[in-house]
Order: sequence, then C-alpha cells, then structure tokens
Amino acid sequence: MKTRREFIKISAVGAGAAAIGLSAVNIAGLKLVNAANDQTAVSDEEMTSFPTYCEVCFWKCAGWTYVDKHKNIRKIIGNIEDPHCNGRLCPRGTGGVGMYTDEDRLKTPLIRETVNGEQVFRKASWKEALDLVASKMKDVANKYGPESFALFNHGAPGEHFKHLLHAYGSENEGEPAWAQCRGPREVGFSATFGSWIGSPEPTDIRDTNCLVLIGSHIGENMHNGQVQEVADIIGRNATIITVDPRLSTVASKSKYWLPIKPATDLALLLSWIHVLIYEGLYNKDYVEQYTMGFEQLKEHVKDMTPEWAYGITTIEPSIIRKTAREMANAAPAVIVHPGRHVVWYGDDSQRERAIAILNALLGSWGKRGGFYFKEAISVPKYPHPQYPHPEWSWKDNLDGKYPLSSMAITTELLAASIPEFEYKHQIKAWMVAGTNLPLTIPNKELFKTAAEAVEFIVVVDTMPMDITGYGDVVLPECTYLERFDALRAAPHREPNIALRMPAVEPKYETKPSWWIAKQLGERLGLGDFFDYDDFSEVLDWQLKKMGTSLDEMKKIGIKMFDRKSGPLYLADGEEYHFNTNSGKIELYSTEFAELGFDPMPKFTKHPEPEDGFYRLIYGRAPMHTFSRTSNNHNLFDLMNENSVWINPKVAELWDLKTGQKIWLQNQDGIVSTFPIKVRVTERIRWDSVYMVHGFGHDNKKLTRTFGRGASDTQLITNVMVDPMMGGTGMRGNFVTFITENPGKEAEA
Amino acid sequence: MRYAMAIDTKKCVGCSDCVVACQTENNVPHGYCRDWIVENVSGAYPIVEIELRSERCNHCENAPCVRCCPTGASHTVEGGIVMVTHDECIGCGACIQSCPYDARYSHPDGYVDKCTFCQHRLEKGQNTACVDVCPTKCLHFGDIEDPYSDVSLALKNRSWKVLAPEAGTKPQLYFLT
Repeated sequence: MKTRREFIKISAVGAGAAAIGLSAVNIAGLKLVNAANDQTAVSDEEMTSFPTYCEVCFWKCAGWTYVDKHKNIRKIIGNIEDPHCNGRLCPRGTGGVGMYTDEDRLKTPLIRETVNGEQVFRKASWKEALDLVASKMKDVANKYGPESFALFNHGAPGEHFKHLLHAYGSENEGEPAWAQCRGPREVGFSATFGSWIGSPEPTDIRDTNCLVLIGSHIGENMHNGQVQEVADIIGRNATIITVDPRLSTVASKSKYWLPIKPATDLALLLSWIHVLIYEGLYNKDYVEQYTMGFEQLKEHVKDMTPEWAYGITTIEPSIIRKTAREMANAAPAVIVHPGRHVVWYGDDSQRERAIAILNALLGSWGKRGGFYFKEAISVPKYPHPQYPHPEWSWKDNLDGKYPLSSMAITTELLAASIPEFEYKHQIKAWMVAGTNLPLTIPNKELFKTAAEAVEFIVVVDTMPMDITGYGDVVLPECTYLERFDALRAAPHREPNIALRMPAVEPKYETKPSWWIAKQLGERLGLGDFFDYDDFSEVLDWQLKKMGTSLDEMKKIGIKMFDRKSGPLYLADGEEYHFNTNSGKIELYSTEFAELGFDPMPKFTKHPEPEDGFYRLIYGRAPMHTFSRTSNNHNLFDLMNENSVWINPKVAELWDLKTGQKIWLQNQDGIVSTFPIKVRVTERIRWDSVYMVHGFGHDNKKLTRTFGRGASDTQLITNVMVDPMMGGTGMRGNFVTFITENPGKEAEA
Repeated sequence: MRYAMAIDTKKCVGCSDCVVACQTENNVPHGYCRDWIVENVSGAYPIVEIELRSERCNHCENAPCVRCCPTGASHTVEGGIVMVTHDECIGCGACIQSCPYDARYSHPDGYVDKCTFCQHRLEKGQNTACVDVCPTKCLHFGDIEDPYSDVSLALKNRSWKVLAPEAGTKPQLYFLT
C-alpha cells in the first residue's frame, strides 16, 4: 500500500514518473466509512468567512478565512478585489491554515530556568512572564538607559512592538529586510530616481514588452501579484531575458537565458549600458529631458564593451548586443528588474545603481510597461502621547560608516551587543518578534556570541523556531488567523487597505501581539500609549477617519481609494521633478560623489572558489517562506527538505548520485550540522551549487522539520559588507562535499 | 457534455498551489494528494528545458479503473467525471493498479480516493479549487464539447498532448506544450 505520495515527482525525460511506486495493496487496515462524515468537502455556503491578509510572507495578500460550524478553519481563499493577489493566494497563503493547525505551536509562555545545573524551559502564566519581561525592561532602562534595549522584528507583530519600544525610549529596531535583503536596491534606485522601490515593487510587468531579470527567480519566489503578471506576459510571448547561473523556472520560460558566471553581473550590466549608448539605442528624448550626467556616463563606460564583458561573464558579445537591442526595441515598456534579495557581493548598491541607470537610459521609469508611480494611502495615527527622545540610536553607533543605511543594520545591532567590540553605545537586551535570527543572519558565530553577551532576551513567535532556544522568556503569539493587526496599506497602482481580523479564538494560551505590547506597556507605566481595551477600537477609529468603518471592512476585507498623487505614468514630455539632489534622474550620482563613493558603478572582481570548492548559491522554493514554513504540515507535504543541486559533470567527478546524503563544508571549515540530499541536475553551472534557503532547523521542538536538509545560513561565514548601507553580501561562500558522516551531533 | 482540463505547461511554475488548494478544499489527509506536480528536465547545460505539469485523475472516457472495480464503487457520472462511492469501496486497490496515471491512493479510512473535478463545486456553478487558485492561470476547465468553454478556447490554436495515449484510455487532461 502506498502510504505516502511524493508531491513533486522529479524524473528525467523518458523515465515515466507515473508508473513507479506501485505495490501490493494491503486490505488488512480496511475500514468502511460513512460518506456523510467530516472527510467530505464542505460547501462554501455552510461556512462563515472572515477577512484577513496573509502573514506567511511580506506580500500580504488579502483573503478570506473559511470556518465551518465546528469552528474549524477549513481553507483560506484570496480576496478577488485585492491587487496583491487578484483572488488567488499562492501555495503558502493557501497552506496558511497549517500555521494554525500546527501541533508544534508555542502554547504557553515559557521561562528559562536552571534545574540541577541544566537549563530548561518551564511553563509560566502570562502574568508571571509579562511581569518578568517588564521588570527586566525596567532594569535595563535604569542601569543602561532604554536605548540599550533592541528589537529585532519582521512583519505585523513588529508594528505593535515598535510602538512599545518607541514609547519606552529606544529606536534600536532592526529587521533583516534591510541588510539581509533589499537595502541595496533602495539605495541604488534612490540615488538614481530619488525613490525607493519599496514593496510590492512598482514594476508594471502587466504591460511590459521586455522583462530583464538579474538573478531574480520569480515563480520560485512566489511574490504573488508579480508572478501572476509574469505568467500573463509568458502567455502573450513578451520577451523575458534572465541572467542566472542556474536555469531557474523563469529562465526556462525566457526567450534568452544568459547562464552567467556568478559574481560578474555588474560587468554585463555595464556592457549593456555601453551598447545602449554607443549604438545610439537609448531613449534620447527621455534622457535629454529627465537625466543629468549622460556625458560622464558615456565616458565612464567607453571601454566596457561586450568583448570586455565576455572575458568576465562568459556571455558572448553577440548575445549581449542582441539582448540590449531587444530591450531598446521594447522601450519604454521594458523593465530591468531590481530584484529583492540583493545582498550578494558587497558592491550591491552599485550593481543596483547600474540596473537603475539601464532603466533610465531605456526611459522606463514612470512609463507604462516600465515602472509605474505607486501610491499608498496614509492611515491616520491613533492618538498617543509624544514618544520620548532617545539619547542615542543605532545610527550614532556607526561612527560615519554605512552613511546610506536608512534602516538599522541587524548585524550592527548584534555587534553592538558584544562588549569586546567596544561600540560607543552597547545593546544589553533584546526582544525578537517574528524573525528567526539563527537561520537568517549570516555568520552564526556573531549571532551566538551576541546572544551569549546580552543580559536578557524575550522572544515572541507562534512556533518554537530556532531563535526561541535562545530566549530567557518565550511569549506565544497566536497566528494571523486568530488576531487583529494594523491595516495593510501598501503602495500599489491604486491606494488600498486590507483588514485582518480573527476568524477563530486563539488556540492554546496564545495571545495577539497588540495585547502583549499593551500588557508590557501598562506594566512599564506607559498605559497612556495603549489607550484602548481591544485593538479593534484603534482600527475602527482609523477606518472611520478614512470614510469607512470596521463593520464595513469586515464585510469587504479590502477597500480601494482614488489616487491623489497624479497619474500612474508620465505623459510624453511632461515636466517632472525627481527627488534627487539635482531634481533630475542622476546617471552620475551627486549623492554618492559627496559621500566619497564611486558616482558611477565600476566592476570589481570577486574571489572565486578554489579547486574542489563550488560557489554556494541559495534561493527560494515557491511553497516556503524564509525558515518559517518548513514545519507547516500543508507545506511540508509539498517540500519536506532541501537538496543540493550539483551539475552532472561535477557529480561524476565526486561519484555523487541523486538522493545520496552528503555534508557540506565551507571555506572556513564549517560543516553543515545535518546532511543534505544530492540532486544531480543540468539546471546548475559546474562552478556552483544551489540550495533552497530555510531548512536545517536545529530545534527538536519543530518535530517535522528538525534535522531535515541543511542550512545555507550556517555555511555563510564569509560576509562581504556593502560599505554604503551595511548589507551583508552572502554569495562569496564556497563549499565542498563530505560523503562520510563527520560525526557531528545535532544541537539539542 | 464532457468535462476536461487543459494545463498550460508554458505558464505553470510548479508552485504546487493546486495541491494545497485541493487538500484544503477536499479535506485530503496530510501525506496524501489528489493532484501533484511533475518536473521533467531535458538537455545538457546550458541548453536545458523544463516541462512542468500539474497532474491529477484524467477522468478517462475509457476508464480502466471503472471497468476493473469489483463493487461498482468506481463509476462515471454526468460529464464523464470518474467518481468513487466511498461506502461501496472495499479498498481492494484493483483500480490503483489499473490506472496508468497513478492518480489514486488508499485513504487511511480504508477507501480509495482521487480527484473528483470538485464535483461539489461544479454543481454550484463554481470551477474546481485548483483552477480557481492557480496564480499563473495555467489551468483551464470546462465542457470540451462546448466550443466556447474555457478548456476549448485554451486548446484552440495551441499544440497539446495527452499522457500515455498508448493506454487507450481517452484521457481528458490536455497538456498545452
């Protein structure tokens, strides 16, 4: 009897997947069932639906949670009015119900205790746990000042705790979204166009004629609305040009796949700029009217020919020219996509600048099929007393370094937690909410040393993530399906808001973050900042100011508003002031020049793997988000471990077979705690290996995912920091293969 | 009337949303599925192709599972949908053996289970759950005898294939290539 079906069946052509796996049927376990029992589908009319927006990733699609008459959450369906998802959630959003049903969830507050010399967590009441956290926060404020209390956060819970932190007197809040993810593109695009990209990206893929992806694996990153628009343009045969050393899913659907040598993207981008300028293919009217620095740029890229780039990138000059012409033919309905996770080699802000410059030359910014002018609605601030003014913040600790960091750098907050590093101002305690730092922050030693050094850590999460193992107190948050949160008011083509409300009562003894923040605030004497009994009062107050109400939003879930900032696109020849120093699109960045950085991007050669080592490339799978979903039963069913992709030539050299378990060792001698299965595939270059991020959890309380697959983050010990904004470049790590068990025991 | 599905392999990104949506819609137990993704890779770096297919029961016009069922639990209903009456199924598994598409599984409650084309939704004028959820809109469903149904329109002017045509089952899943 088949007890388990593999959901993703990977087979070589010819080896039919369908015929394998059949075996004799065991009828001993036969049990007749009543067709009317709970196993059958329940029709939508028999259920009640409640609006929500998803918390499984940052795309925050709006949907409806369906609850049956037994108060079971049966399914989550996208809200058809929502521009983030158009009624179609992605697998993670659909599988979000698994966040609620996961029996491994944190169930009660936990307090670390030493029993017979061994540290254990014991269950605690909310009162005891909150009293303890509040007293520690008071201690820290009295001894070192409230500024030395830092918050690491991601997503909706962060909003509530940032409010608490600001009321308490600290601005030291960091999220991996900046220095471990998209910071460089905001710096690069801001320097060029005077505007961040932000989230969701204002890429007008829907109407584009040419989409250029630099290592961006849309479709494997399931950024929903964007994936939908890419599928639309595949349907109408628009040109897609994908630059990636790996045949990503979207690369396989692209007109051009440029299998570039890793770490050389900037050379390709510069040669494209060269071709556009020297073949006269750039958008002359647009460049004339809106940009400055063209002559300097022209001189700068004079020698950066496709022939020059060929030697660096391995992409043939004829292909470089041909693809540049494709872009120019499509202009201005062309997008050279900024990407999202772009902290690769430490010169990432400059690579993003090159991408921005290409878009400027093609005239795609502010044009249909290029980048639209996004707009968000501002949600009225619920009244509270003025926040105290902190005496210092993370910025003061940088001492002039990373001048373009406009959000706190997580790794700097961690470093400031280690007294030996002698930062001017020290971090003494942390709250960590909704982010699993050990599987997020590169250089695990830095994280561990910092966690050892601080006096107190409180972790707020829904799951016993690896980070909870470091907490002194762990507070169990209920899932997004069981709570109110702040309104979603992200920018889009049209401003809009989405409501999240509880579909069911919180399971176990879990609580919403707004409640936890308020309880702590009251204990800290900050009750005035939390002047409500239930967060729904805040929402209702805000919604009424916006011309709607909580009652109405409960019925519609999402509401669109008229644009106030003007049209989506620039009209031909329209006057426009860009928010840069010069008021123009800066091909030559005056901002960078003033700060002593290269005003125009230059190619820098990055280290290459030694013999027997392969560049570690990592990415996403469409059914998982970060490291947060691997234990979710619905999504675990779809992908229950990661594998390391190895080119067949390399596999032959090492005598490796698909399915074989190996350990990875990096250039600094770090060996993966857990083995990982080999996937021999033609989809990856011979000088690189690839793995999906987010596996290799070492917390045994994650009963399904514990020890499955390996953690890429653990193997990223060489960090190339972007001097402009503090981004932690993570693509300069090289691994080799160990086929015998190195005997490392998993940490408990 | 004959229900059929066209799967656009050019658009499918293999995200498996169809699998989860089916699971939650039809209460498929964890560890099992009624639909799944197949990824085929061919060629050698850097000339490589990928085909992604969302697969499920083919609701064959000439269904071996129906013919071999000893109790009549497996049967065909209006529109050509192949169904299993759980009450009448003794779990013998003959149908599982006979299916060239590996589309059936033994439910832990003792009967054989598979895709129903979400018949309970069709009755209410809705599409199947997988079609409605697919972020790439690569699934097209409807009455293939109606020239203006979504599935007929999707097949028009596109090349397509069926799986295991040699089995002679007259399958009703069409893969756009």
